[in-house]
Amino acid sequence: MAKRSAPEVNAGSMADIAFLLLIFFLVTTTIETDSGINRKLPPMEEQDDPPIIKQKNIFTVVVNKNNQLLVEEELTDLAELRSLAVEFLDNGGGEGDEACNYCQGTKNPKSSDNPEKAIISLKNDRETAYKVYISVQNELVAAYNELRDREFTRLYPNELMTFVEADKKYNDPRTSPEEKARLKPLLSEVKIMFPQKLSEAEPSKTKS
Amino acid sequence: MSKFKKKKGGDLPAISTASLPDIVFMLLFFFMVATVMRDSTLMVKNQLPAADQVQKLDKKDRVMYIYAGEPSSRYTDKYGTQPRIQLNDKFASVAEVAAFVLAERASKRQELQNVLTTALKVDGDTKMGLISDIKQELRKVNALKINYTTRVGGFKQNID
Repeated sequence: MAKRSAPEVNAGSMADIAFLLLIFFLVTTTIETDSGINRKLPPMEEQDDPPIIKQKNIFTVVVNKNNQLLVEEELTDLAELRSLAVEFLDNGGGEGDEACNYCQGTKNPKSSDNPEKAIISLKNDRETAYKVYISVQNELVAAYNELRDREFTRLYPNELMTFVEADKKYNDPRTSPEEKARLKPLLSEVKIMFPQKLSEAEPSKTKS
Repeated sequence: MSKFKKKKGGDLPAISTASLPDIVFMLLFFFMVATVMRDSTLMVKNQLPAADQVQKLDKKDRVMYIYAGEPSSRYTDKYGTQPRIQLNDKFASVAEVAAFVLAERASKRQELQNVLTTALKVDGDTKMGLISDIKQELRKVNALKINYTTRVGGFKQNID
């Protein structure tokens, strides 16, 4: 009895443990997907008669070759761009037909009439760094998203989501078709209230 | 007395190695699952800028990639340090972008040909001139849906 050597550990269940771990990792790890800012380029054909837009409905953002930001011809910090864009879009200074009944802005007559008329014009130099351009794009999209979130939660408080979350859910392939069909009109409703009107000018050449 | 006698020859019993293959297979499977396959080897510096208002780029089969940036250190003596465009596995000029898009479009299934997205994976330090040239080329071939691929992060990471 006492002379017995240490018994060998039964390794038969090792395979089970290994498979358990394997399945756990299989389920939990997600393969990394790329993400980024989606944009749509304007088609090539030129418009013959460009519509006349009132100057007060245009919000000009210029990034010069030294990566400085000029908002409405004033040197601005990138951190302020979002709030300035929100202020412009949400102004609702129009009267009569052009009044905006959901805007919460200051109704400054010198700023935009309503979000549908408001256009953000973005112009950059050929020497502008790409990362600055992306930062500006990001802040402008953020301004639109902020306003869309606000309207979405106001119109559909029962959804318990923001516009961005609902949009993400709509684009998720795991969402059922019925849910997508239900979300679609809600999303487009808000998109019509704050349409993304971002116009990009061809970059200016740097004069030497 | 013999009960407390030391075991003869104190050599340890050998540890069973029967489970070693299982462990190795487990690791193998884990890495097989977790690694992302890159379609083409990167020949340019590709430090993507950060953004937080991003949308996911699902459905890999309807995306084509255009890389741009400074050639990476291995290629600088041959191609210099001017930012270049990389299509598939080689450097290309702006004029080749249109042909590349048409070739990519032709290689996709019929029903996907109109819903293709062009993902621009551009290094943050590239000048906008190159990017607007690419965008002009894309407009010429009517590839209008683009995605500026970014890292996830606040814009403050871009300015340092």
